[in-house]
Amino acid sequence: MDNLTFGITMTVVGTGATFFILGILIFVIRLLKTAFPLSLPTEAEKKPQSGGA
Amino acid sequence: MLDSIINGLVGLTSGFEFLFTQGLPNIIMLCIAAVMFYLAIAKGVEPLLLIPIGFGCFLVNIPLSDVMHEGGILKFLYDMGIATEVFPLLIFVGIGAMTDFGPLLENPRILLFGAAGQFGIFLALLLALAFGFSKVEAVCIGIIGACDGPTAIYVTAQYAPHLLGAVSVAAYSYMSLVPIVQPPIMRFLTSDKERRVRMTVGKPTVSARTRLLFPIVVTLATGFIAPKGLPLMGMIMLGNFLKESGVVSRLTGASENEIANVVTLFLGLAIGGTMDGHKFLTVQTLAIFGLGFVAICVDTAAGVLLGKLMCVLSGGKINPLIGAAGISAYPMAARVAQVLGHKYDKQNFLLMHAMGANTGGQIGSVVAAAVMLSVLQGMKLI
Repeated sequence: MDNLTFGITMTVVGTGATFFILGILIFVIRLLKTAFPLSLPTEAEKKPQSGGA
Repeated sequence: MLDSIINGLVGLTSGFEFLFTQGLPNIIMLCIAAVMFYLAIAKGVEPLLLIPIGFGCFLVNIPLSDVMHEGGILKFLYDMGIATEVFPLLIFVGIGAMTDFGPLLENPRILLFGAAGQFGIFLALLLALAFGFSKVEAVCIGIIGACDGPTAIYVTAQYAPHLLGAVSVAAYSYMSLVPIVQPPIMRFLTSDKERRVRMTVGKPTVSARTRLLFPIVVTLATGFIAPKGLPLMGMIMLGNFLKESGVVSRLTGASENEIANVVTLFLGLAIGGTMDGHKFLTVQTLAIFGLGFVAICVDTAAGVLLGKLMCVLSGGKINPLIGAAGISAYPMAARVAQVLGHKYDKQNFLLMHAMGANTGGQIGSVVAAAVMLSVLQGMKLI
């Protein structure tokens, strides 16, 4: 394989695959955020617990 | 008796004889070591790296030094940690433990900046091929554009160890020069209006479970598609998993402090040991530094241009300056975006978003290296 073919192949496949993998990661992060949403504490939970005797 | 005394004295002066007869490269490298000390101590430029690297360079260039010969201390460190690739991987555990991926998880689309920030790798690779470097050497030189020292060392030590000194010093030098290199390019490519785009910080949306599962899914995704990069991604995500698990604070602390500090010292010394003037001072080294500079400029430009595109697509909700933070130089690149944005609008706080892009750059650089290694393997070149 000559250098030009190698360079162009590496550039096209390299950039394409990097974007592809990061695209998958974006998708997976969104799935995780949907599956495990942040549950904010309710007003009752926010109240400080009274200390024991 | 007199003869043996004279022979003994000759032995004591052989270092000076070497210096005066063939020691010019040593003198130049000793001056370079002095410059590294100056930058680290007087200017505060990457002292944790430049002092060990500079001292390794200093030791190896003292005439007739045998620290990099078989049995020498620097050769021992090199064989133990760089030839085996253990040091850069251990550094990655520490980086993973230190990194907060929270801002990235809050706004995952900015992970794309981490891909744009790798364009320079591929341009540098093409230029290196044009300059006559071999295919594998060109890949190692291109990796400088990742702005990621451990990744550059990992790849170069494995496939082009004769270029290790130049590639690693170039990578770390340009990482430290990010605050000088990036702002002119960012200013040139953005309008005054774009630099003033405000980005708000919404309510937190990321749960602890998402943070915990993130390193696992990133390792799985990268490992399946580009398994050659698994050691790199696996180690950075191990560090982050230790941190996010919340139950191994001693291991997290050790990763980001003791292990990272000790390995940084050994790694720096061993890299400095590869900077023997008789091998280092070549046109090849100058070309590597030049190509690395081009790579980082292109990374910055690509990130800002993608930022401009995302600014348009989002209806003006993304400040293009944060695109420049999509490189691996953490957290310098994020700080540069914050400082430049703040300069044009004192009420604009881009830091959290830029940090997200910056951590995306860390992931992007490892993914790009993993992809390149897997492609090389697919082509049967490694």
